[in-house]
Amino acid sequence: MGYRCVVLAKQVPDTKKVTGKAMKDDGTVNRAALPAIFNPEDLNALEAALEIRDTYGGEVILMTMSIPRAAEILREGLYRGVDRAILITDRKAAGSDTLATGYILSCAVRKLGNFDLVFCGRQAIDGDTAQVGPQLAEKLGITQVTYFEKLESLGNGKARIRRNVGHGWELVEGDLPLLVTVTSEANTPRPPAARRLMKHKSAMAPSEVQQQVAAEMEGQAPEKIEKEVAAQCNALKRRGLLVEQWSLDGLDVDEQWIGLSGSPTKVHRIQSVVLTGGEYKNVSPTEEGVRDLVHELIEDHTIG
Amino acid sequence: MGGCGSESNAMTKPNPKGEVWIFAEQEDGKLSDVPRELLSKGRELADQLNVKLGCVLLGDKVASLADELIARGADVVYLAEHERLEHYQTNPYSRALCELVAEHEPQIVLFGATSLGRDLAPRCASTLRCGLTADCTDLQIGDHEDKRTEQVFRNLLYQIRPAFGGNIIATIVNTHRWPQMATVREGVMPMAELNGRHKGTTVRAKLDVKPEELALRLIDHHRQPKKVNLKASRIIVSGGAGVGSRDNFKLIWDLAGALGAAAAGSRAAVDSGFIDHDHQVGQTGTTVRPALYIAVGISGAVQHRAGMQESGKIVAINKDPEAPILQIAHYGIVGDLNEVVPRMIKAIRARV
Repeated sequence: MGYRCVVLAKQVPDTKKVTGKAMKDDGTVNRAALPAIFNPEDLNALEAALEIRDTYGGEVILMTMSIPRAAEILREGLYRGVDRAILITDRKAAGSDTLATGYILSCAVRKLGNFDLVFCGRQAIDGDTAQVGPQLAEKLGITQVTYFEKLESLGNGKARIRRNVGHGWELVEGDLPLLVTVTSEANTPRPPAARRLMKHKSAMAPSEVQQQVAAEMEGQAPEKIEKEVAAQCNALKRRGLLVEQWSLDGLDVDEQWIGLSGSPTKVHRIQSVVLTGGEYKNVSPTEEGVRDLVHELIEDHTIG
Repeated sequence: MGGCGSESNAMTKPNPKGEVWIFAEQEDGKLSDVPRELLSKGRELADQLNVKLGCVLLGDKVASLADELIARGADVVYLAEHERLEHYQTNPYSRALCELVAEHEPQIVLFGATSLGRDLAPRCASTLRCGLTADCTDLQIGDHEDKRTEQVFRNLLYQIRPAFGGNIIATIVNTHRWPQMATVREGVMPMAELNGRHKGTTVRAKLDVKPEELALRLIDHHRQPKKVNLKASRIIVSGGAGVGSRDNFKLIWDLAGALGAAAAGSRAAVDSGFIDHDHQVGQTGTTVRPALYIAVGISGAVQHRAGMQESGKIVAINKDPEAPILQIAHYGIVGDLNEVVPRMIKAIRARV
C-alpha cells in the first residue's frame, strides 16, 4: 500500500559558519559571506520520510516556500530520491512570520489531497523558533508529534513514535495523518546519490529559468524573453527536469492571513551582536599572573 | 473572508487591561523550575502595567501547587484539573489554555522554552491567531511606532531574543493581535523568591476532556533525572575541544573541585565524548549565568557564547590569541591550559 509523506524544508544561511571571516569590521555579520544550505534538521525530516518509503513503499513529496533560488534544496532532495519536488514562490508571501507561513503551507499541503505523514525539521538554524511545525499541524487540524527520534512501528493506520522530551523520552502512538518534527538525533541523512545527481543537476524551476534568461537577454524585448523562457521550460519538461512551481493563486489562500499584514509579530528593532572587549584584562600565563588573578577574584568575592 | 482553513474563532483584539499570565509547567505533580523563573519576570511586567499576575495550572491533582505559585508572586491561579490531563499532551492542554485565554483575555502569556512549552505555545498561538516569539532572553515593556502609518502603540511587550545563530538580537512586538505570547529560555531569569505573606486566589475552571481528545496514546516513557544542575551553580569550569581528551578533562574536574564549582563542557567537548551531554553549556545545552565562568580551551562559537555570555565574570584560558571567547572575557589568559590550569589550582589551594 505505501504511505504518502510530505516533507517541508527551508533554505537557510549557514549560521554555523559565522567565523571571523563572515564578520564585518564593525562586528556585525556579513550575510552575503554565508553559504545557503538545506536546513540541517529538514534533512533529518527528509531522511525519515525516505526511510518510510524505502521500507513500506509510497511517495515522498518535498516542498519549500521561498525565493526562486531555494529550488537548490529541491534539487538536493531529488539527488536523495524524492519523488516530487514543489517550489512555492510568490511575492505575496514575503514578510510572513511563522503563523502566516504555517497557514500558507497548510493550504499547499491541502492542495496535495490525501497524505499520511507530514515531516518538518524541528527548527531552522536561522530563526531557531521551532514554531512552524506545530502551527502547520494546527492549521491542518491534525495531531503533532514533536521531537521525533525513532519510528518504532507503522501499520494499520497508526504510527508508534519515540520522541525526545529533553530529559528522557516518550513512546506515543497516534492515528494517521500526523505531523512530525524531526531532531538531528533521529538519523543520519543519506548523501546525494551520484546517479540521481547526474540526472537532476540541470533540473530547474520556471522562476529560475526566468531569472537566468532575463539576465542573459538583458535589454531585449520582453516578448522575446518570454518566448525563450517558455521554450526552455518546455525543453526541461520534456526531459522530466522542470521543477514544479506553485504561486499562491492556486492555493485558495485567504490573503488577510499572509505576508507582512497577516503576520501578528512585527520587528521593533534588530541589533547586531558586536563583540566588544569591555573591561578586558590580559593575564599572563605565568605562575605569578595566575596567582594575581586568583587573588583578585578572592578580593572581589567572586571566589568565596 | 473565505480561503482554506478560515474557520477559527480567534481572540485577537488588544486588551490593555488584561492580566499578565504565565503557564505553570508541571510534571508528575511537581512544579518545574521554569514557572518559578517566569514568575519573577511576570511580576515585574504586571507591576509595570499595573495589572494582576495570573498563572495557568493544568494537570491532574495539582491543586496543591497553587500555594507555591501564589507565594512566589501570582495574584490568581487558574486551575483546571482532569484525570485525562495527568500526562502532558498537546491537544487537550492547548484547548484548555485557549479556552481560558478566550474567557479572561490576558494581554501577555509566557511559557518556558522547554520541550513542553515549545510544543504547546505554537499550537495555542495558531488557534488564537496571535503572535508568538520563541526563546526570549529578555522581556520589557515599551512603545512602538509603526514607521509606515506613524501610529504609536503604548506599553507593548518587547520580546527580545537572539536570532541568526546568536549573531543578532531581535526585539519583536505584537501590535494588533493579542495576547502577546512568548516562550522564555530556561535559566536566564532569576527565580521568584518565596514570600509566605503574598496573597492570591485560586479560580477553578470547569473542564471536560473527552477520551477521543487524547489523540496520542502514551505507551511508555522514561525520565532521566538531570544529574547536574548547572543553572544552580555559582561557579562553572567549562572545557572545550582544546582540552584534548576525556582523560585530560580531569584538569577541568580538578579545577572545579578546587573551587567548589560545577564542571561543564562545550558542544565540541560533548561531541568528542570528553564529558556527558548533561554538562553541555550553549544553545543546544544549558544556558547558564554563574557569578564566575572559566572557559578552558573553548574557542567560543556563537552557539556557546549564547549559553554563557550573561555570566558575571568570564575567565578564558586559550592558546589562540584570536579565539572569539577572549572578546567577551573579562580576563584572558593566552597560554597552554596544561600549564595554566595546574597553576590556578595551586594558587586557589594556597589561599584556602
